[in-house]
Amino acid sequence: MSRFLFPRWSNLLLPTLLMVGAVVPLYAVLFVAYGFSPKTLEVGYQPNQPIPFSHELHAGQLGMDCRYCHNTVERSGFAAVPPTQTCMNCHTGIRPSSPKLEALRESATTGNPVTWIKVHKLGDYAYFDHSAHVNRGVGCVTCHGRIDRMEVVYRYAPLSMGWCLDCHRDPINNLRPPSEMTNMTFDMQSLSREERESLKSQFLIKPSEDCSTCHR
Amino acid sequence: MTSLPANTRIVDNTSEQPGDRAPLVLNMERFGQVTTTVCRVNEMKGAPLAWYVAFAASLGLLGLLGFCVLYLIFTGVGVWGLNNPVMWAFDITNFVFWVGIGHAGTLISAILFLFRQKWRTGINRFAEAMTIFAVICAGLFPGIHVGRVWFAYWLFPIPNQMEMWPQFRSPLLWDVFAVSTYFTVSLLFWYTGLVPDLATLRDRAKGRIQQIGYGLFALGWRGSNRHWHRYERAYLILAALSTPLVLSVHSVVSFDFATSQLPGWHTTIFPPYFVAGAIFSGFAMVVTLAVPAREMFGLKDIITLRHLDNMNKIILVTGTMVGYAYSMEFFIAWYSGAMYEKFAFLNRAFGQYWWAYLLMVSCNVITPQLFWFKAIRTSIPLMFVLSLVVNIGMWFERYVIIVSSLANDFLPSSWDKYVPTWVDVGTMLGAFGLFFTLFLLFCRFLPMIAMAEVKAIMPAADPHAGAHADHGHGGKDGH
Repeated sequence: MSRFLFPRWSNLLLPTLLMVGAVVPLYAVLFVAYGFSPKTLEVGYQPNQPIPFSHELHAGQLGMDCRYCHNTVERSGFAAVPPTQTCMNCHTGIRPSSPKLEALRESATTGNPVTWIKVHKLGDYAYFDHSAHVNRGVGCVTCHGRIDRMEVVYRYAPLSMGWCLDCHRDPINNLRPPSEMTNMTFDMQSLSREERESLKSQFLIKPSEDCSTCHR
Repeated sequence: MTSLPANTRIVDNTSEQPGDRAPLVLNMERFGQVTTTVCRVNEMKGAPLAWYVAFAASLGLLGLLGFCVLYLIFTGVGVWGLNNPVMWAFDITNFVFWVGIGHAGTLISAILFLFRQKWRTGINRFAEAMTIFAVICAGLFPGIHVGRVWFAYWLFPIPNQMEMWPQFRSPLLWDVFAVSTYFTVSLLFWYTGLVPDLATLRDRAKGRIQQIGYGLFALGWRGSNRHWHRYERAYLILAALSTPLVLSVHSVVSFDFATSQLPGWHTTIFPPYFVAGAIFSGFAMVVTLAVPAREMFGLKDIITLRHLDNMNKIILVTGTMVGYAYSMEFFIAWYSGAMYEKFAFLNRAFGQYWWAYLLMVSCNVITPQLFWFKAIRTSIPLMFVLSLVVNIGMWFERYVIIVSSLANDFLPSSWDKYVPTWVDVGTMLGAFGLFFTLFLLFCRFLPMIAMAEVKAIMPAADPHAGAHADHGHGGKDGH
């Protein structure tokens, strides 16, 4: 009889198939969940900027307040990237001929803005308001990391939906007094549980998790 | 196929003498005759002309489905006739219709198996295949009606960076589990039953491709005692797993409606009513498929008139249950005293969709009552037409429930009218193309009849049959 039966070596296939069948779906799910996550793809994004501007020098060593340049952050949803004129307030006097500032001088002469590359970019479908956060206890460092130590700014947080929700579901660990909002070195551990609770009630924080909170 | 001369051929086995079981396999004495009859369909060089005609038509409709679905995906759900109050219409109607169709296959293969109904063996294989293909058609619709089809995987609870999960309190998610469980169990059940028959085809195959093709899927079956023992255990376990699914799947589908607040949907009778309707429509579809299939492939001695008669009786019973549910809905609407409930049902019968309601009642309540008459139950042309009528009626039942309830809800200012577009109609017809394409391929390349099981109910399978061969079909005298 010439009927087809499985050859002996195919006995090995069964455990192999079972293993593959068990592992592959799990691997695929984990791969998509973690491999495609902004935690993997976005954190650490550090583009080269047209001007080698150092936050480490300005915000760190010189101790400039974030709001000197990003001055709309308390009043608007968008934290402004400073115009060339803000830089020129100082740099007409300080190192006016530095070769690193070539692009800045060109912008000041021509009136064309410097083409900064945006590092913290949200999708158009996500609504975010800086003023709602910085006026109510969420400090700059919470989302942007230690900017005062960054020579070139990079993406500190994933800015993923899950990351937003982590805080919206349990905001208490990310609240600080209004006076410490731009303080990069404030020790969050110094706040007691009661102080955090009182900050939460003081700021009337009831973070919403509805779809329409962020997807308007 | 048969060794008996034409003048002694038995055709009608619908009557039974007391104490003597009517034969379920006609004009065949030996097992080999069953094998030859069933395998001939797969082994013949070319299919019957009718098969090619039906296959070409089905492929055409399948093409229409592909076009409509692609047009939908590339353009958006606006190509359907949906509007603000009527956000579900043809899509969900088709979904419920196809899921319902599947239930007859599971009932035949699982419940009738556990109840030792021997006549199931003639029809269970292709009824199970029908279940699987119907669930494939059903699964298409939730997938494409979500709007952004590329996010259809959001139906499943998969971990993701958004930390977003489906709403576990929603019956729509239960539906995902119910239907995917149903599909998995049905497929396993069907395949398990196929294994011995695939081995038969493998052993008979002449070509190397057929030998290897059937051989791979026959999983090395050699028909040893141990094989049969394990096989029957597995089959019994799967039958027990499938049995609750006959009741649960369409109950969960009915929750999509029953757990909402909408008058006309918010009804506790829905789960049993939907299950009865599902079995009703499913059996109608089995008859619709069995009548031409037994004709086309010469299987009249295995799918006998008695099988069809039995199925028509089930259609009568479940059709009557559906009719009862229709009238009970009206009774409860009146008895509840709820203004919106009363309106919903009056509007269903006399509102803008009165014609659909009338069609539904006449197809589903009046038509099956004709099956009280044996002459109608055993008339091939009549039962074929009536089964088509039932299919149409059951499609309209879902349409009436979904569209008439949505179009006229609590607030008259939000009322509207739903009119299907050509894409709606094309997708609906196209789903039939998908179904029949799969079914015709199945008929051609897989054993349509569960040969091993049919042989087990023949008198020849009786251990005493050899000793009393002169008694003919009398399996009775051994006990």
